[in-house]
Amino acid sequence: MSTAVDISLTVNGERVSRRVEARRHLVDFLRLDLELMGTRTGCEHGMCGACTVRVNGNIVRGCLLLAVALDGADVETIEGASQSGELRDLQDAFIARNACQCGYCTPGMLLTAADLLSVNPRPTRAQIREHLCGNYCRCTGYHAIIDAVEATAASRNAKSGP
Amino acid sequence: MKAPPFSYLRAASLADIFVKWDATGAETRLLAGGQSLLASLAFRLSSPSTLIDISRVPELTGISAGGGMIRVGALTTHAELGAHPVVRQQVPLLAAAAPLIAHPAIRNRGTIGGSLAYADPAAELPACCVALDAVIVANSATAERRIPAAQFFTGLYATALGEKELITAIEFPASTAQQRSAILELARRSGDYAMVGVAAQAEFKNAEFVDGKLVFFGVGEAPVAAGAAVAVLTGKPLTGEAIARAEAALDIDLSPPADQQASSEMRRHLARVLLGRVLRRISQKEVVRVA
Repeated sequence: MSTAVDISLTVNGERVSRRVEARRHLVDFLRLDLELMGTRTGCEHGMCGACTVRVNGNIVRGCLLLAVALDGADVETIEGASQSGELRDLQDAFIARNACQCGYCTPGMLLTAADLLSVNPRPTRAQIREHLCGNYCRCTGYHAIIDAVEATAASRNAKSGP
Repeated sequence: MKAPPFSYLRAASLADIFVKWDATGAETRLLAGGQSLLASLAFRLSSPSTLIDISRVPELTGISAGGGMIRVGALTTHAELGAHPVVRQQVPLLAAAAPLIAHPAIRNRGTIGGSLAYADPAAELPACCVALDAVIVANSATAERRIPAAQFFTGLYATALGEKELITAIEFPASTAQQRSAILELARRSGDYAMVGVAAQAEFKNAEFVDGKLVFFGVGEAPVAAGAAVAVLTGKPLTGEAIARAEAALDIDLSPPADQQASSEMRRHLARVLLGRVLRRISQKEVVRVA
């Protein structure tokens, strides 16, 4: 029995068809097959959150999903979310607050923070911490990251009114 | 590490799962949300020859209510469990447990059926199922069995599921006006497996504890129902003194293991603290819906 499978899915709005090994997880598929290097390979067992991407609109661990299981899915990576401009203010706040440091966790942090702000536009610091609890920053720059998310929420709310 | 090589098949229906399961070898595993299975493959703790992807099987999805029972399809994700209005209203303990399970990105993929079949001793949902007297519905190619949760978890990562049998749904009794429930846990990082946790459901009449289950997780090979603590509480008002006696009775109920996170004595201590907190929480007048 062959272990390679043909799949067809949408990545950042583009239709993609490839033959992949069954054991290849989504992060390796994105990085090695599609050369989208924004998504990071971290612990590869679901602990660190560096591989966070969106599948059908929801954030997921890219290392805990098989590419073969995503036939027909809609995947969005940090490249797609950056190009659309939807993260611009969050990215600016990360830079302004020095919340990037080495940058390894940043794509996962941005997508997780954007997920929080989409469901809770006025999070407390405790709620920001709780939502980001599955994303490690090994520079330990957590306070700056929480500052950046909080500042983004505040500036969005100032624009949209109370 | 990378997972070892395996073949991949996708099942289209419940019947198709059994056809594919019969056609492959004994080293076949079912893949649902994959949030535990794929991590264990990355650690090379197992090397299945074939994964059958059951995540698109329609018979395993959906949440429905009727006849005093809430039926939760095995593929229901933790995120869906926490957000579903029927679950929040009628099985509030499950809705309260959902935000404690792992992290947001994992809750979007992990399933209740997968969590129960994996039977991690520190997981929330097995303890909730025991506390709520849930029934686990399991299907093989030829038969359906209905297994009470108290008999389902048989040991460390071990369940009553037979060969080529899978969980299709879980049935929960709808909560009544007299029942109160809560779940609490202590973990070193929010979302990690708990060092100790407790899922509690109790019924009160005139402030007296008349019936209930206090089910601990992370303290044994499977969920542990604290029968001695419940016996101490039953038929008495939930006073500070009664709570202290229940905490002391945990010495009979629990003999927790030691690991790198906590010693056995530390787990006993944390269990007593959590029991006091959870009893005080459910003894408050308002029914605790979602923690």
